[in-house]
Amino acid sequence: MTGEIERELSYVDAVREATEQEMARDSSVILFGLDVDDPKAIQGTTRGLLEKFGPERVFGTPLSEDAMTGVAIGAALAGLRPVHVHIRMDFLMLSMNQLINIAAKSRYMYGGQVQVPLVVRSMIGKSWGQGAQHSQGLYSFFMHVPGFKVAAPTTPYDAKGCLIQAIRDNDPVMYVEHRLLHFQRGPVPESSYTVAPGKARITANGSDVTLVGISHMQIECLHARRHLESVDIDTEVIDPVWLSPLDIDTIVESVRKTGRLCVVDNGWVTCGASAEIVALVIERLQQIRPVVVRRLGFAPTTCPPTPILENLYYPSATTIASAVYDLVRGGDNGWMPKQRLDREEIQFRGPF
Amino acid sequence: MQARFYKAIYRIRRVEEEIAAVYPSDKIKSPVHLSIGQEAVSVGVCEALRSDDVVFGTYRSHALYLAKGGNLRRMIAELYGKADGCAKGKGGSMHLIDTHARVMGASAVVGTTIPQAVGFAYALKLQRKDNVVTSFFGDGAVDEGVFYESLNFAALKALPMIFVCENNRYAIHTHQSKRQKLDNICERARAQGVPAEQIANNDVSRIYECISQSVGQLRRGGPGPFFFECLTYRLKEHVGPNDDFQLGYRTREEAEAWLKNDPIERLGAQLDPAERRRIEMEVEAEIKDAFAFAEQSPWPQASELYTDIYDG
Repeated sequence: MTGEIERELSYVDAVREATEQEMARDSSVILFGLDVDDPKAIQGTTRGLLEKFGPERVFGTPLSEDAMTGVAIGAALAGLRPVHVHIRMDFLMLSMNQLINIAAKSRYMYGGQVQVPLVVRSMIGKSWGQGAQHSQGLYSFFMHVPGFKVAAPTTPYDAKGCLIQAIRDNDPVMYVEHRLLHFQRGPVPESSYTVAPGKARITANGSDVTLVGISHMQIECLHARRHLESVDIDTEVIDPVWLSPLDIDTIVESVRKTGRLCVVDNGWVTCGASAEIVALVIERLQQIRPVVVRRLGFAPTTCPPTPILENLYYPSATTIASAVYDLVRGGDNGWMPKQRLDREEIQFRGPF
Repeated sequence: MQARFYKAIYRIRRVEEEIAAVYPSDKIKSPVHLSIGQEAVSVGVCEALRSDDVVFGTYRSHALYLAKGGNLRRMIAELYGKADGCAKGKGGSMHLIDTHARVMGASAVVGTTIPQAVGFAYALKLQRKDNVVTSFFGDGAVDEGVFYESLNFAALKALPMIFVCENNRYAIHTHQSKRQKLDNICERARAQGVPAEQIANNDVSRIYECISQSVGQLRRGGPGPFFFECLTYRLKEHVGPNDDFQLGYRTREEAEAWLKNDPIERLGAQLDPAERRRIEMEVEAEIKDAFAFAEQSPWPQASELYTDIYDG
């Protein structure tokens, strides 16, 4: 996908560029949310947009997530394409009535006469003491509800392409960003392009085991793959990119080959994206070939801010590699890779 | 104007009475929250609006839908769950819509459409259109946080819209005085910078005058929003076709005061008897036609179960 692209951008700039290009292309696109027009500009993802497009199309809002979500829906019903930004996904809990009862259902319960082309950008925090209410990856709530689409891009390339797609999409899209991914750099074309819903990426080929990593866990999975190479385990890594619609075919085809599946999520495993992916794969392959599965995600507890406990809370490249090792070799081997490549990636030094 | 008011109110009343009459047959497959007793508010407001002005309603929106020009045949077909319903049988009584009449939706969850009306008004202002949006809700919605958030944003942005609180004093069976320490809904709006006025007594003419004046100002580019608390009364049970005085949460005497002052009798008495009779016959014929239409409309195809979840 990116072989010929020379320009590198950060994830932050990819998000900003996608928004700027769509706002320039289509005057019905508006951008709002708490602090989108403040000096920090949502980690830089909205920088310069107020100056370019003016305060009617780019505005900070009162601290009224519930009503402002309804405002976004009403504006969408009137023909605008709102992008509503939440600097933490946890804040979305104040918007759930509007999102679940109206945004997801309007097209259906009004007999196809209206549509809600709404994008909700929401960020998942991690590390540096983010704690209980700045760290949750709650996108499975939206996968659960018919009518919503969910994108969780990992790379700057997909960040730009998914956001442009989400803005042009005629359905409500939950666009999930991980705070640590904001620091990722990668090739991003200058021109406008879309990353279509319902197509996963095989990010590394392998034959022994299929490793699905969602959002930031994709980065950890790619590091885990390097650990596993050292013990001659050949890992196929898949990035779903879109969680709804979910490209289960690509994952099933991989597991049909490997017979082993480990899904690593940026959320809790219970009733989560990993549960859904594993269930779909088993439903498809159970009569065809034996499959062993494993899910990894947040520890089933509340996220603690203290680093000693926080490190135990998240899957990492080493714990992923260890779990995959057991999945492939069988049993509980207690093998752990020595290096901590995963920690090298984190440039985040707080406070937000 | 009195004849227009009379026809609109009589028509809604008679539609609701027919729904109540048909309801025991179980042909109507939808919980109905009848507007009987509250018709004057929707009529007074909508008669002052243009057909391309926008309204959002509540689960008790039969009156609003009809007053704003929603298609009667398609409303009854919707209640019957038929393919010709205004939402193809997929919305039901609580989610009436008619995009041609710009009835843009109604929600079963109290207060939920208020911010959508605000967002629609924001879009209209951005698009430099001269339409006005009216948000209908009840006194129960005033208990909800989203009410205050919505008023605040509408006032902050001076949006071209009107908030209409249909205060019938009850949230299901719970009186306003058990939910709100002060009976001061208009003051709450004023506290957010929104001009507000209470209109008592189902006074359709006064409602029409007030809304006309507000709409005129908004149409000329004056700052919104405006707020009206219209005191009214639900005569039937919260949901369903029956009386409910036996429940004991309200008295028959309380209702008698409103019945004595019923806009239908008040307005009807002002009309020439022959004209009144002509209006009533027109309405009866239209209602008969609408129920026949619903009866003969087909059921939705099975494929409709999965249609309109997503685009395309």
